[in-house]
Amino acid sequence: MLSLSHYLVLAALLFAIGVVGIFLNRKNLIVMLMSIELMLLAVNTNFIAFSHYLGDPAGQIFVFFILTVAAAEAAIGLAILIALFRNLRTIHADDLDSLQG
Amino acid sequence: MLFETAIFYVFAALLLFAALRVITARNPVHAALYLVLAFFTAAGIWLLLRAEFLAIVLVLVYVGAVMVLFLFVVMMLDINLDRLREGYWDYLAPALVVAGVMVAVMAIVLGGKYFGLGEMPAPPPAAAGYSNTKELGRLIYTDYAYPFEIAGVILLVAIVAAITLTLRRRKDTKYQDPATQVAVRRQDRVRLVSMPAEKKE
Repeated sequence: MLSLSHYLVLAALLFAIGVVGIFLNRKNLIVMLMSIELMLLAVNTNFIAFSHYLGDPAGQIFVFFILTVAAAEAAIGLAILIALFRNLRTIHADDLDSLQG
Repeated sequence: MLFETAIFYVFAALLLFAALRVITARNPVHAALYLVLAFFTAAGIWLLLRAEFLAIVLVLVYVGAVMVLFLFVVMMLDINLDRLREGYWDYLAPALVVAGVMVAVMAIVLGGKYFGLGEMPAPPPAAAGYSNTKELGRLIYTDYAYPFEIAGVILLVAIVAAITLTLRRRKDTKYQDPATQVAVRRQDRVRLVSMPAEKKE
């Protein structure tokens, strides 16, 4: 018998994998973006699980909007990546130090 | 119901495996393809939660558009993999600590002992003829019409931003300007030189 906690623990594990991915791939901007997508997927799964178990479709509406914003974010992030590569010929995070931060 | 539980565990295992391969795959193309697998299995889990419309949207929009964009960009860039991978495992210990604490806290809270979430009954099956898509559409065009418009504007801004970021004019191309071609006058181009005829010897 599946309960709400099954889905929430699964989403927590997925979110944790996304966090570990950002730690490990701190030099690779592309895989960093993919880790963010994984974390968003975990959050969306939480929303849908609650929506199902509480019988309230508003949670699914929220996932709808999160998907919209995440698609926009991915498109703009990849566009920035391409502009970066065109100017610097690299996407290594250590090379992006022109602000001397 | 046992069958549903088995499906859930198979999909959850596949999802976690794909997610682990996304963050550890050496080649970014493989990472993108494993992310596609992760989205597919997540769509399966959303189907178990009776969110049919969103599961289909996840496959169509994410696998069909966003991941193709990812693959396109990964294949277009010339990436020096060896430099990106050096010192890859250096921060594994703090990452595992952070992730472990997050999962442990969630597992303790959701264990059912304190919140009793495990006792939360599954909702009754939907009535015959219930359509998830129809219900979402009704909500979006009535209660959430204004946020829906804002989402549309956000997408428009994203289109404009992505195009302006990647648009470039090449300086070394030769092209004609019809305006100057039309505006040219005879005296700009033609010069009559008077040359006296020479006598034949």
